[in-house]
Amino acid sequence: MKWFSKKKDHRIQDDENNRLRKSHELFNFRRIWLLSFLLTSGFAIVPVIFFAVIDYNVTERLMLSETVSRTMRLTSNTWRSVAFYLNERQSALQFIVKENSYEALNEPRRLAEILENLRQCFGGFTDLGVIDSDGLQRTYVGSYPLRGKNYSGQKWFENVVSRGSFISDVFLGFRNVPHIVIAIKHRTGDGKFYVLRATIEHNLSRILSEINTTFQDKMKVDSGRETDVFLINQTGIIQTESLYFGKVLEKNRIPVPEVSDETKVVESKDQHGADLIVGYRYIPETPFILMIVKDKERLMKPWQQSRLELIQYLAISITIIILWILGITTYMIRRLKEMDKRRVKYLHMAEYSNKLASIGRLAAGVAHEINNPLAIINEKAGLVKDIFHFKKEYREDPRLMGTMDAILNSVERCSRITRQLLNFARHMNVSVQQINLKSLVHEVLSFLTKEAEYRSIDVVVDIKEDIPDFESDRGKLQQILLNIINNAFASMKTGGSVTIRAMAVPDSRVQIEISDTGCGISQENLRFIFEPFFSTKTEAGGTGLGLSITYSLAKELGGRIEVESKIGKGTTFMINLPMKLEKKEQSDASTASG
Amino acid sequence: MTEKVLLVDDEQEFIDTLAERMRNRGMDVETATSPKKALQLVEEGSFDAVVLDLQMPEMDGLEALRILKEKRPEIQVILLTGHATVEKGIEAMKLGAMDLVEKPADLSKLTEKIQKAQAKKMILVEKKSEEKIKNIMMSKSW
Repeated sequence: MKWFSKKKDHRIQDDENNRLRKSHELFNFRRIWLLSFLLTSGFAIVPVIFFAVIDYNVTERLMLSETVSRTMRLTSNTWRSVAFYLNERQSALQFIVKENSYEALNEPRRLAEILENLRQCFGGFTDLGVIDSDGLQRTYVGSYPLRGKNYSGQKWFENVVSRGSFISDVFLGFRNVPHIVIAIKHRTGDGKFYVLRATIEHNLSRILSEINTTFQDKMKVDSGRETDVFLINQTGIIQTESLYFGKVLEKNRIPVPEVSDETKVVESKDQHGADLIVGYRYIPETPFILMIVKDKERLMKPWQQSRLELIQYLAISITIIILWILGITTYMIRRLKEMDKRRVKYLHMAEYSNKLASIGRLAAGVAHEINNPLAIINEKAGLVKDIFHFKKEYREDPRLMGTMDAILNSVERCSRITRQLLNFARHMNVSVQQINLKSLVHEVLSFLTKEAEYRSIDVVVDIKEDIPDFESDRGKLQQILLNIINNAFASMKTGGSVTIRAMAVPDSRVQIEISDTGCGISQENLRFIFEPFFSTKTEAGGTGLGLSITYSLAKELGGRIEVESKIGKGTTFMINLPMKLEKKEQSDASTASG
Repeated sequence: MTEKVLLVDDEQEFIDTLAERMRNRGMDVETATSPKKALQLVEEGSFDAVVLDLQMPEMDGLEALRILKEKRPEIQVILLTGHATVEKGIEAMKLGAMDLVEKPADLSKLTEKIQKAQAKKMILVEKKSEEKIKNIMMSKSW
């Protein structure tokens, strides 16, 4: 068809359309997507993290307090054992001095016997000695050559003299072996006194390790190397073997805990800064402090393990939640976008048909009002022409007659336009008839055969035999076909071909396709071709109403028209009509006609 | 023989001019600007043709046509219409209008139609008088 690119005002209209289309999109979908994604993820993930943190803290505190109470139990049990051990030996010595006379004790054979008995009954004793009030060791049984040694200058001797009984901390003494001394002062009848002194080597460590192993069975978690049990004295010197904190008689690396009458558990740090849990007890009436030291980090290892699991679980669930939300949000927003697109399309369609209807009404009104004065002009001009006709001098004047003819021609042109306007606006009742498409097409073509032959246009009709007779409005359908085929003819100069194809399509509809090999329609014009007064043939007398009328006629028949076109290749109009007219459309048409 | 024509339209200007042009062409023209006056004129004298506008304020053209036809069945009516609607045309034809001319009318076409109308009326009148004569001949035996 002959659609040249149209004047400026159409480009303006084009811009306006674009603007309109943009303003229809109410939503910024990217923002909505981001917002809903962030909000949903926030609401989903925050509680998960919150509970995870709470759980983390609660388990940590529980674990810690469990550890503390275990340490407490272990400490208090251990110190009782140690105290009992020492007490027992002290009492034994007490019994010996009460039972034996000073002389008897000074008998080395008797003393050796007593030592032997002590070893059998209590165990742990290394040697036994009797020291007179001057500090001289009178009698001694044991493995060291200590008989005759003078202890008067030693601290423990001073202590035992002043207190009556005494347990010393670990020291080397004359024998140069770490040991403790348990000494009892006993008064004789003549106001003098002597001291029975026993020493214990190594055995304290053994007790502690024994205790340790008994507890190992009870508390598997605390077992082995995690727990270090040892004694220190009040200046912090290590008294029994320690696993990690130094050897006997070395300075302990942990600060000496503050004095207390009770068993206590405190948190401390070692020289490397590692966290420790320290249980301690000042063992009464001895210089010892029982220390139970646990490595907090190692203790918490199982908990750290579960913490790792917790974090892994958290990470996995958060990932799943985020992926799920991402998917759902994207899906929903895409749906929303689609819906919006459809809404805009429908809005556009509604606007379009509204526009057509109001233009139609306006056009009808204008055409009607113009018709009467037009008739008067026609008659007046005719009359003037008549008058001229009867006077010879005027009749001979070609300018006068030419002017009159020009007026009459213009009136004719005006009336043609008003007639078409009225045609456009007319809403006739749809009169339903049974239609045989093949015969209808041939009827329409009969108007055009002469022109086709004259311009050597090849008309091909391919109408499938399986199309049943269907219900439609004959006149309107004829008009539609005539308009489109006329347009097809107009798009070709000479030669070329027009093909009319028809077939039944699903949903009981008929599809009629009219294609030509004409000049085609440009993409930008394609959008406007159904709008009234859009024409590229204004010079050739086109009103721009033909296709617009065709469009509204097809609408009235419940059909639709689509166009495909390529410049230089040709154009195809596809008319899709229902086989049955809906009642609703009929009543619409009749109300509109009133 | 001059054709006797009655022009009916509510536009005074229009029918005056049209009437003048037709008179110039040797027709005997009378005008009426309302259907009522037209009916009156038709009752008073006989016309070969009536040119009637379809749309008038007081009375619809079709209504006027119906009454005219009732009064003078042999009268030939040519309808003038502002917008050619097929259904109105069909209705007019059913009511017995002879023809339908679109406004603005081409005078030569209109004249042609008026001449046809006159001829038609002549035939009708002749037929009528023939019948009358027949009737007289049948009823009155000589």
